[in-house]
Amino acid sequence: MEFLVASAIGLLTAAGIYLVLRLRTFPVILGISLLTYAVNVFLFVSGRLTVGAPPVLRDTLTSYADPLPQALVLTAIVISFGMTAVVVMIGLGAFLNSEDDHIDDQPDETPTGGQP
Amino acid sequence: MSLFFIVALPFLGALLPGVMNAAGRAACAGVTFVVTLMAFVGLLTNLPAVLAGQVVTARIDWMPQLGLNFTLMLDGLGFFFAFLILGIGLLIIAYGRHYLSRNDNMGEFFTYLLLFQGAMVGIVLSDNILLLLVFWELTSLSSFLLIGYWKHLPEGRQGARMALAVTGMGGLAMIGGLMMLGQIAGSYELSVILQNREAIQADPLYTPALLLILLGCFTKSAQFPFHFWLPHAMAAPTPVSAYLHSATMVKAGIFLMARLWPVLSGTPEWFVIVTTAGLVTMVLGAVIALFKHDLKALLAFSTVSHLGLITMLLGTGTAFGVFAAVFHILNHATFKAALFMSAGIVDHEAKTRDIRQLGGLRHLMPVTFVIATIAALSMAGIPLLNGFLSKEMMLEATTKTVLFDIWWLVPALATFGSLMSAAYCFRFIGHTFLGPRRDDYPAQPHDPNPGMWMPPAILVVLVIVIGIAPALAEPFVKLVTNAVLGTAAEVPDKHIKIWHGLIPALYMSIVAIIGGLFVMAVFKPLLRFWESRARPEAKPMFEGFVEGIAVIARFVTHRLHNGAFTRYAMIGFVTIVAAGYHAWVTGTVGDATRAMQQVGPVPIAGWAMLVAATCGLVILHRNRFLALMMIGIVGLMVSVGFVYFSAPDLAMTQFTVEVVTIILLLLALNFLPKGTPIESTPLRRVRDASVAIIGGLATFALAFHYMLRDAVTTPISEFHLANSYKGGGGTNVVNVILVDFRGFDTYGEIIVLGIAALLIYALTETLLDGPVRRKLLNRVPDQPRAGDMHPMMMVVLTRVTMPVVLLVGFYIFLRGHNEPGGGFISGLIVSIAVVMQYMASGFHWASDRLRYPYHGVIGAGVLIAGLTGIGSWFVTKPFLTSDFTYVRIPPFNEFELATAALFDLGVFLAVVGAVMLSLESFSRLARRANVEDSEYPMDIDPSRDDPPDARADAPTGGG
Repeated sequence: MEFLVASAIGLLTAAGIYLVLRLRTFPVILGISLLTYAVNVFLFVSGRLTVGAPPVLRDTLTSYADPLPQALVLTAIVISFGMTAVVVMIGLGAFLNSEDDHIDDQPDETPTGGQP
Repeated sequence: MSLFFIVALPFLGALLPGVMNAAGRAACAGVTFVVTLMAFVGLLTNLPAVLAGQVVTARIDWMPQLGLNFTLMLDGLGFFFAFLILGIGLLIIAYGRHYLSRNDNMGEFFTYLLLFQGAMVGIVLSDNILLLLVFWELTSLSSFLLIGYWKHLPEGRQGARMALAVTGMGGLAMIGGLMMLGQIAGSYELSVILQNREAIQADPLYTPALLLILLGCFTKSAQFPFHFWLPHAMAAPTPVSAYLHSATMVKAGIFLMARLWPVLSGTPEWFVIVTTAGLVTMVLGAVIALFKHDLKALLAFSTVSHLGLITMLLGTGTAFGVFAAVFHILNHATFKAALFMSAGIVDHEAKTRDIRQLGGLRHLMPVTFVIATIAALSMAGIPLLNGFLSKEMMLEATTKTVLFDIWWLVPALATFGSLMSAAYCFRFIGHTFLGPRRDDYPAQPHDPNPGMWMPPAILVVLVIVIGIAPALAEPFVKLVTNAVLGTAAEVPDKHIKIWHGLIPALYMSIVAIIGGLFVMAVFKPLLRFWESRARPEAKPMFEGFVEGIAVIARFVTHRLHNGAFTRYAMIGFVTIVAAGYHAWVTGTVGDATRAMQQVGPVPIAGWAMLVAATCGLVILHRNRFLALMMIGIVGLMVSVGFVYFSAPDLAMTQFTVEVVTIILLLLALNFLPKGTPIESTPLRRVRDASVAIIGGLATFALAFHYMLRDAVTTPISEFHLANSYKGGGGTNVVNVILVDFRGFDTYGEIIVLGIAALLIYALTETLLDGPVRRKLLNRVPDQPRAGDMHPMMMVVLTRVTMPVVLLVGFYIFLRGHNEPGGGFISGLIVSIAVVMQYMASGFHWASDRLRYPYHGVIGAGVLIAGLTGIGSWFVTKPFLTSDFTYVRIPPFNEFELATAALFDLGVFLAVVGAVMLSLESFSRLARRANVEDSEYPMDIDPSRDDPPDARADAPTGGG
């Protein structure tokens, strides 16, 4: 089980890094989202994997999943939505202003056009 | 009055002038005057104790761990400087009220002045050197504001910048020096440091500490080679110049040298550096001053020269030198402030400060003439005025000072400096006031009203009184000298006298005065000679220096920050992996302590879907819509994973966030190109892929190792689990952590979320205000529009489900404390319900029915959460302490009421507001000019009786 989760984190990270290194804004945003998943899941599993024992107190249970990483990741998920929205807005604003969604500064002044 | 009040009054009072600005100029200056007067009287209430030889102290522990405490002390030296700062401050305020014109913002001026005054008083009363540093930097900042007060003058701005750069740089050096000093002495309290003379001077860090501290003092007190900033600071209004350069700012360096005199002085290093710098500054300043045509520049360089004189006296390291220095500080403050104010009067009335356009003013401005002449003669060292007394003491001290083994060097240079000093004083009098009356003054000069000449007149009275009856000032000067010397030396058993007998200093004085008169006689040829010589100009050199640094900085920045984000990202990833690798190979990894858990078919299926979706996303990312779907699947599988691994709250959050994120990206994609072209070379893609795979493997290894090992120490989660119900009153530990244990975190997070949403709103506004607006309004959509934008089925369905969804949100919110749910999740659910209305019925229709703006909702959420936290103060508990109780309202079951629920309400509102504001901002971009806003939710509505063909050509869009 641990292997599966760890490999999923690794795959999400690798895919995220690859997409962040692309040249247009949209794939970069998707890459950042993937990295967000990877980081959130990584933080979450720092409480170790527990099946069938959510941290909701029950009289019948004595051990629970670690609640602290869950609480921290919960807010991280919501905040990452806010940050994704800001990044998307910045990317969109840049595109609308220059008709160019390249992520890097372009060497010449003339916009190269955003259409494929 | 407590010392705290004396220091705090100017700072608190700095709030008033701005408020009183509207009440008129007299009220504005009046309130400033009263504040200063209160501090001044407060200082005087401590005079008896100081005269009795006590040291008044006040103390509040601030950060004892760092050795930084708010400790103040008032001894003779501190009293002396505070007296000068506040006393001359009073005169300057009175003078400034009449000096500033109606166009000047008086409130701003007096605010800066009070800030500066408070910082200065803070320096001289600090007992803790770290506290002193804080005030020291404050004087640099507030003097920057004062010097640059006339923002419309480029000279003012440049002068202020130069002053800040030089004194700020010195301040940085001084931080290092004083830290070292504190380290050597083992305490940052001055009272302790001053007792450790031997230990400090024997320490190997003594020399670096001395150099750094002196760097701070010399820059502040304009000692060679840092003297150049002071004349450029003359672009400030005259009251500022008079204040900063007679009694306060430039004396700060002198003050610190005097304050630390017992522990720093007496070594060869101190003697050579301080005496030489002082001597050079004194002579250089005097020579330059003679040839300056601007009255204020002349006075500025004379200030530089006199500061050099005082520094030199402190450098001699003898008790007599200190005695003379203290006396000269007092005298210089009186006559120099009077001179600056007189120069200001001349400038104010004649509208010029150029000495070449002046002359003969004694007939037109007799009062000013008398004041300025007495002050200038005192500066020249004419008997029966106070300047004579201290200057003669200085000359006497130099006869006993031997520098570089040449016995005549110091006395000769000091005499030469005094000679030049006498000469420029004579020039100041002669070329401004004497001579024939002219008829080409830029304005017709006349004496100002008493409000302007009274302050310098008071100072001139002091000049004469001390000059004639030095015995009056002597006890006080000796008291201050004693405070400077501390235990390091005895106060010299000499008296300040006008007539000492035929001693060398008398001859030197006579030489200086006669020589000064002679220089005046041959001034014209001298000036021609001076002006024919090329001299180094400080300003271009300084600006060249700054420009040089800027060029280097620009070069480095442009090379490193060349606009290629992919490069930064690449560097970042490689660095992180390398750092992790380094930690991995140099650290140790314990054995696995946990066994791997069994895997059933369901997790494998979920894993396979996640892997497939992620790989699909990478392969298909050029088709953006497909990529969006893929990432939706990835998010969904992550949520499912959270469910499986006992995190229902996370799963609900991830799932709902996924919905709004996809909607957001869809909205953005509406404007963006729908595909990504192939631009990178295959080689580049291989390179990126390798970095990605290395990063992925590293994360995998880290996570895998991590999960198979138990925590090294007991996690705090044990505490949370144990106390969730007992202390927090909830059984859902995650929610209790969010709203209770770590409520402060959550509070910060909703604020961040709110700020992010406001940022998006602001960016949208900027876009819609700019040239993009027209482009957006006239946009032709690149995708075919749906024939029925607002289908009846969808409108009806979303409206029917709306109350149900709201009910679910309400339920999730209420049960959050004990079951999975809570403010975050229900906020997201309610947002989705509202978003559905926008999607189904159109932007216009939905926003028409919006009762509260989303900014307000965010604000209300943050406020409610904050007020809930503050509420615990009223029961003397720390911020955000929660409380709960159980109530029973028949016929319901007993239920719980917790203040945490109120906090969660704040979270809920902030989340709803933030999500909705973000999405709404995006959809506002989509409005187009050629599409009318429909006032109906549906395009085709059987209950409306207007014929469909009447609208056949119009409604093809919306939101």
